[in-house]
Amino acid sequence: MAENYDVVVIGGGPGGYVCAIRAAQLGLKVACVEKRGTLGGTCLNVGCIPSKALLHSSHLFEEATEHFDTHGIEVSKPKVNLEKMMARKDKVVDSNVKGIEFLFKKNKVTYVKGAGEITSPTSVKVALLDGGEETLNAKNIVIATGSEVTPLPGVEIDEKNIVSSTGGLVLPKVPKKMVVIGAGVIGLELGSVWRRLGSEVTVIEYLDRILPGMDGELVKQTQRIFAKQGLEFKLGHKVTGAKTGKSGVTLTVEPSKGGDAEEVKADVVLVAIGRRPFVKGLGLDKVGVELDDRGRVKTDEHFQTNVQGIFAIGDAIIGPMLAHKAEEDGVALAEMLAGEEGHVDYGKVPGVVYTWPEVAAVGKTEEQLKEEGVDYKVGKFPFTANGRAKAMESTEGFVKILEDKKTHRVVGAHIVGPAAGDLIAEVVLAMEYGASAEDIARTCHAHPALGESVKEAALDADKRAIHM
Amino acid sequence: MATEVKVPTLGESVTEATIAKWYKKVGDAVAADEPIVELETDKVTVEVNAPVAGAIVELVAGEGDEVEVGALIAMIKEGAEGAAPAKEEKAEAPEESKKEEPKKEEPKKEEAKPAAAPAASAPAASTSANTDHPLPPAVRKLVEDKNLDPSKIPATGKDGRLTKGDVLNFLEGGGSAPRAAAAAAAPAAPAAPKPERELREGEERVKMSKLRQTIARRLKEAQNTAAMLTTYNEVDMTNLLACRNQYKDGFEKKHGVKLGFMSFFIKACTTALNEWPAVNAEIDGNSFIYKNYCDIGVAVGTPQGLVVPVIRSAEKKSFADLESTIVDFGKRARDGKLGMDEMTGGSFTISNGGVFGSLLSSPILNAPQSGILGMHKTQMRPVAIDGKVEIRPMMYLALSYDHRIIDGREAVSFLVRVKECIENPERILLDI
Repeated sequence: MAENYDVVVIGGGPGGYVCAIRAAQLGLKVACVEKRGTLGGTCLNVGCIPSKALLHSSHLFEEATEHFDTHGIEVSKPKVNLEKMMARKDKVVDSNVKGIEFLFKKNKVTYVKGAGEITSPTSVKVALLDGGEETLNAKNIVIATGSEVTPLPGVEIDEKNIVSSTGGLVLPKVPKKMVVIGAGVIGLELGSVWRRLGSEVTVIEYLDRILPGMDGELVKQTQRIFAKQGLEFKLGHKVTGAKTGKSGVTLTVEPSKGGDAEEVKADVVLVAIGRRPFVKGLGLDKVGVELDDRGRVKTDEHFQTNVQGIFAIGDAIIGPMLAHKAEEDGVALAEMLAGEEGHVDYGKVPGVVYTWPEVAAVGKTEEQLKEEGVDYKVGKFPFTANGRAKAMESTEGFVKILEDKKTHRVVGAHIVGPAAGDLIAEVVLAMEYGASAEDIARTCHAHPALGESVKEAALDADKRAIHM
Repeated sequence: MATEVKVPTLGESVTEATIAKWYKKVGDAVAADEPIVELETDKVTVEVNAPVAGAIVELVAGEGDEVEVGALIAMIKEGAEGAAPAKEEKAEAPEESKKEEPKKEEPKKEEAKPAAAPAASAPAASTSANTDHPLPPAVRKLVEDKNLDPSKIPATGKDGRLTKGDVLNFLEGGGSAPRAAAAAAAPAAPAAPKPERELREGEERVKMSKLRQTIARRLKEAQNTAAMLTTYNEVDMTNLLACRNQYKDGFEKKHGVKLGFMSFFIKACTTALNEWPAVNAEIDGNSFIYKNYCDIGVAVGTPQGLVVPVIRSAEKKSFADLESTIVDFGKRARDGKLGMDEMTGGSFTISNGGVFGSLLSSPILNAPQSGILGMHKTQMRPVAIDGKVEIRPMMYLALSYDHRIIDGREAVSFLVRVKECIENPERILLDI
């Protein structure tokens, strides 16, 4: 006996669960299928949440070890109890995950534990975790199966010596030497975690710069800051092979453009070159859902695939592979399915790197504006001039705001510094309203707070910062 | 001792004027009450007379300058002969000219120098008309600094909000309203003020007079505010013509003024307005204001443009009064001698396009009124009367009205009533 649903969401990550809850809020009958055994997807289980937990724990350890003395706090050399740290992380994950289950109950979303397969545009067959099968009839099906780690040919991940981010979050002991392949967000975050806990970390990156896609000036300053912290960088290099032996892993590394190979040894290697859409086992080829050349589900501006009634959101489709982007997709789609209008502007999705200092950006980079031929002005303000940052002993970094000279609208902001990931929110909101830098500058910001740096950067766009 | 000549009170909500023409130059003799300058305002052209006899010693503003109410525009040396002044008198400390206080709005600084503070491209507004959305901080500053009316500026922000770019583009001279797509490759040069377009061979540029600009603005305001539409009817002028023909001589003999049609139409309108008060009413915010008087504006064309002097309490005036008032209005309008107070506060307007030959038209409302009657050319036409074709003198009537306050039924019925009163004028007398 099959149940009839208005919407069946396959995937219980940030895209899927948010879509399900929103649809239920709007009065639709919703089921969410998840095969992991817990809700929250990559984000809650093996991504955002556990990494942020470890980042905070390791940050505190570094503060205690390196910086407490400056404050006149004298402690004997702190030690890391990795087991305890991991247990705390697991607790955080667990509470988040249970929280989603509670939200499902509260909103009357049916949680189906199993692997879903689309058997027709109106039915999903679920191989239940407990055994057996269940068929769900659906007026609309949403593919929210997210993404998986992109493998690196020649460097096979065993999640023991050669790990992906998943393994990198559960290492049993602090590696003496760690090599991170890929200087993107994930590589830098996890690299920071283990460096703080005592590893010697080298980051190998194919391109000549870290954090591909982010603003050039931002990235240069960020790299400088990380290098000062002790992160080693080997840019412009690629890893062509890996051999695991008794003493660890030996990597074959050569310049990206080709050249002499060298060997780099490490106890643990983290492969963090990126993620790719995960749509296996959904029966897409049988039901005729098309993918694009990057393996993403092809969708139009209404998240509709080429098969009527089947939709896709989040990491499985085009756009920044970020949890909050998936959430916005989920809400917009749920509202559309309920008969309302929905729209997500991918140009206003902020991106954050949760290292310390944090790195955050929204909108256009200077490089993009130059390429598009847009005449823009820049407002910049260093945290060294911010009173609160000084009091916090966290003065590295700056806020940069870009404004289009013709429309007088803020088109981008780039921050490296304390709480950058929170500070960026103000600019995202300003951009949503088509605000100018002056609008931000003429809004009262509390003192003494890090947010004042945003105000001063906005003032600097018109060359009238007060505190600089 | 030099006497100051200042810009007098010009009328409700009129705060500035343009110097249209100096009749005198420095050194000329003037008699007391002799006009020395012509000022052009929003509504009308006004002359300023010399307060004393003497000679002009200084003209403080030039032709084409904008001056504010109360501003100094000339100095007269009382009693002086009309000779070139030996030396310029220093302007005295300005007296508190409180006999003519500037109307509401910003208090004018009385300074002994020309008030050269024209308002910017758009008329000043003390409150933001766009009350749905609070103004973003940069927009508020611009709007206040430049004395702009936010509701007049095209908005491209979220939910129709104004952005700073919207205001700046607007100020740069009617900037292109749609915002340039951010991705489009825009030229690097910053936007220059939009130049007036170049003239081709055979073209001549004539700047719009203040009066014209105001008329243009008010026409658009009326159109943009009211839910305006027009209902039509036709009227058989046979009986009216007969009545007029019968009594015109006696009328002129007794009252000294010709008996025209306007008095009949005005009376027909006051009768109908009395029965359909919505047509005589006005919208103010969320209320209607009903009036128990009929101040009927009668549109008069002049070389400077259309002006609409108002006949107060027309329902109380006799036919002779109406006719003579209209004659007087027409003459003074053409001479540019209508007073400000004669042009404001009407409750209904009649416009006659027929004198120029118009057969049928749709007048635009005279804001803030809710109705306007359009009269047209009387033309002999075949019409069906009792199943037979007869040739009758027919006039089309048009009533443009604001549907926000006047129902279709009311509008049509009003017009029918006017028709009835014209086709059988005794009905006005009998109120039937």
